[in-house]
Amino acid sequence: MYGRKVKLRFFFIFLIALTLSFTIFLILKSLEENVVFFKSPSEIKTLSEMQNKKIRVGGMVKTDSISIVNKELNFVITDFKNEINVVYSGLIPNLFEEGKGVVAEGYLNDENFFSATKILAKHDENYMPPEVKAALEEK
Amino acid sequence: MPSLIGYYSLIFGVGVSTIIIFFSIKNFNDPEKIDTKVTSLVFLQLLFVIISFSSLILSFVVSDFSNETVFNHSHTTKPLFYKISGTWGNHEGSLLLWLLVLTLFIFVFLLRSKKQPKKYKILTLLFQQIIIIGFFIFLIQTSNPFNHIFPVPKEGLGLNPILQDPALAIHPPILYLGYVGTSIIFSSALAAVCSNNITKMWASHIKKWVIVSWFFLTLGILLGSIWAYYELGWGGFWFWDPVENVSLMPWFALTTLLHCVLVLEKKLILTSWVVILSIATFTLSMCGTFLVRSGILNSVHTFANDPERGLYILIFLFILIFLSFIIFLIFHKSENNNSKNFYLLSKETSILVNNWFMMYFLSVVLIGTIYPIFLEVISSQKISVGPPFFNKLILPFLIPFMFAMAIGPQLKWIKSNIEDKVYLVLFFIISLILSILIIRNLDINFLYNTILITAAFYLFFITLRDFFHKKYRNLSQITAHFSFSILILSILFNNIFSSEIITNLKINETYQAQNLKINFESIEQENKQNFKAIKGKFIVEDQSGIIEVMQPELRIYNQPNIVTSEADIKTNIFTDKFMTMNYVQNQDYFNIRYQVKPFMIWIWISTFMLCLSGCLTLIRKSYEN
Repeated sequence: MYGRKVKLRFFFIFLIALTLSFTIFLILKSLEENVVFFKSPSEIKTLSEMQNKKIRVGGMVKTDSISIVNKELNFVITDFKNEINVVYSGLIPNLFEEGKGVVAEGYLNDENFFSATKILAKHDENYMPPEVKAALEEK
Repeated sequence: MPSLIGYYSLIFGVGVSTIIIFFSIKNFNDPEKIDTKVTSLVFLQLLFVIISFSSLILSFVVSDFSNETVFNHSHTTKPLFYKISGTWGNHEGSLLLWLLVLTLFIFVFLLRSKKQPKKYKILTLLFQQIIIIGFFIFLIQTSNPFNHIFPVPKEGLGLNPILQDPALAIHPPILYLGYVGTSIIFSSALAAVCSNNITKMWASHIKKWVIVSWFFLTLGILLGSIWAYYELGWGGFWFWDPVENVSLMPWFALTTLLHCVLVLEKKLILTSWVVILSIATFTLSMCGTFLVRSGILNSVHTFANDPERGLYILIFLFILIFLSFIIFLIFHKSENNNSKNFYLLSKETSILVNNWFMMYFLSVVLIGTIYPIFLEVISSQKISVGPPFFNKLILPFLIPFMFAMAIGPQLKWIKSNIEDKVYLVLFFIISLILSILIIRNLDINFLYNTILITAAFYLFFITLRDFFHKKYRNLSQITAHFSFSILILSILFNNIFSSEIITNLKINETYQAQNLKINFESIEQENKQNFKAIKGKFIVEDQSGIIEVMQPELRIYNQPNIVTSEADIKTNIFTDKFMTMNYVQNQDYFNIRYQVKPFMIWIWISTFMLCLSGCLTLIRKSYEN
């Protein structure tokens, strides 16, 4: 028979392998459920089907598009090719301004309307979402 | 002129580094000869870096805009305090600070380890010098803080206003003390492996460094968190932002190491694991620097996106990992097998349990942070991983973790029996009843929250009993576990009982909800040194008729032209009332957020106690000596 030492070692290795595979399974599973995809307005236009999943839309806030209707904030996100209307009630960050970059997180109503649950603007005056930068350079 | 002095001091610093390395290798077999000389050489090097750093501070203070770093990050109207803190509020300056701490630590290390074997000391110094040279070259080659501009501009570009804050002025230096402390652990672990010096004495010697780094890292994270709470206006303390995660990962590794070193000190087992952890901790710190500095993660901390810098750190990182891996494989002798005395119910096992959980938390955070980067590289899909992911994977595992934290310290080394442990059951029942009473009437997941709070209460009571029962033995361990239980309790209650209102109001408008009335009374303007302040006045009345006047503020800075909001926070020991306002462009409306956050202050207090518990060990150590 194997000695106690060997048995103990086997037991440890078995336990480590078990927890390791369990951990990896768990992490991958939750990643699948909790990932939020980032899209530009143009990418949304080309979506084949509307999914009821949380996404992020990024671009520039269109000039003269900010307005408050019924206490709700309305504005337009544009990537200079396509645009999308956003409705939002919630905290507005400091650097949320027309002509500046913005990322809105929330749900798509249809390909033209987006209900945001969170707005992110960066803490730097020079920040521009990479997608918008690319779009600007193409022009 | 200061720029020139600063630059040449850096060059001299590299020179000293090469001399140290050359000298120690040449006289390696005659350690007596090296010993005294090397200390003075290291002191010389420290002096050069101090001169260099001081001259950068001087350039900032006198607003010498011929220096590119000063031009990019300073302004004549900025208050003196922020001119000074602006020195490390940018990429170049913060790296110079990093270098300063590196050289300072190795100097202190040499002074503090007179009793250690000479060869081990010299080897530690050698490894540390490799890291130091790496940073010197990085600084001089890719991010020289003393670049000259001509013609000399009249005015600088200014410092990002959200960095103009007392907490953020000391956050980077403190955090760096923690990060860089891990470099000493790294070098010394490699040196101990090379010189076959992994003994109980080494363990107790390195334990001090582990505790010091752990203390500063925890304090640094705490300061950053407090700053984010009141400055970013989100009203939270942790956002699972990649940049926060990056500082949390070395913290997990360091905490694990802290526990393992204790086992090593007592029983001389787990040697390989300690070495691996030491390497991992430093690697994670460096990874953090890489991710933040290279601009891969976009955040406040990303000062400038320069791929060359990222590439340099990446290569440097790989060299270090490769080097340590090779050294580990060649020199490491596997431990004398003590597993004969390894029993299931013992302190060692419970520390191993702690390790498992810590490694699990670490891998969750690691994967959650780098998976989006990885995915973008291979499929150019942009994703983000938010708080739900981390909450779901970490919170449930806190339950067994906290039970283990409560029971583990009750066990003895080697072998232990559960005897006379009625109180263990008794406290469990009390905690269970308490949490049921609290959760009963709330509209949240009953079972899950009850168990979570029970576990936290259990840890709280058991450690509280230990305070009195153990007569101040293991004081730092008890304080640490106790603070952790308060931390988790306050986080849980804060989550459950927080309430918030977000609305858009015009001046003189009133917001009316079921249990709350907010009246926007007026705004007034005030001119300050480098910003214009717009102060709002709000009267908040809750259902019991208590009236609170809140005065959140908007600051419009002159250079750079940025608006920031300053939250108004009314704190007492039970709850924080928190209000921010922000203007909405081209509209008459202001965006108002009012939050009631219970036990906020206890999150800070308990984390601070956690830091202090580390210090307790050090104080007691020197007291006993």
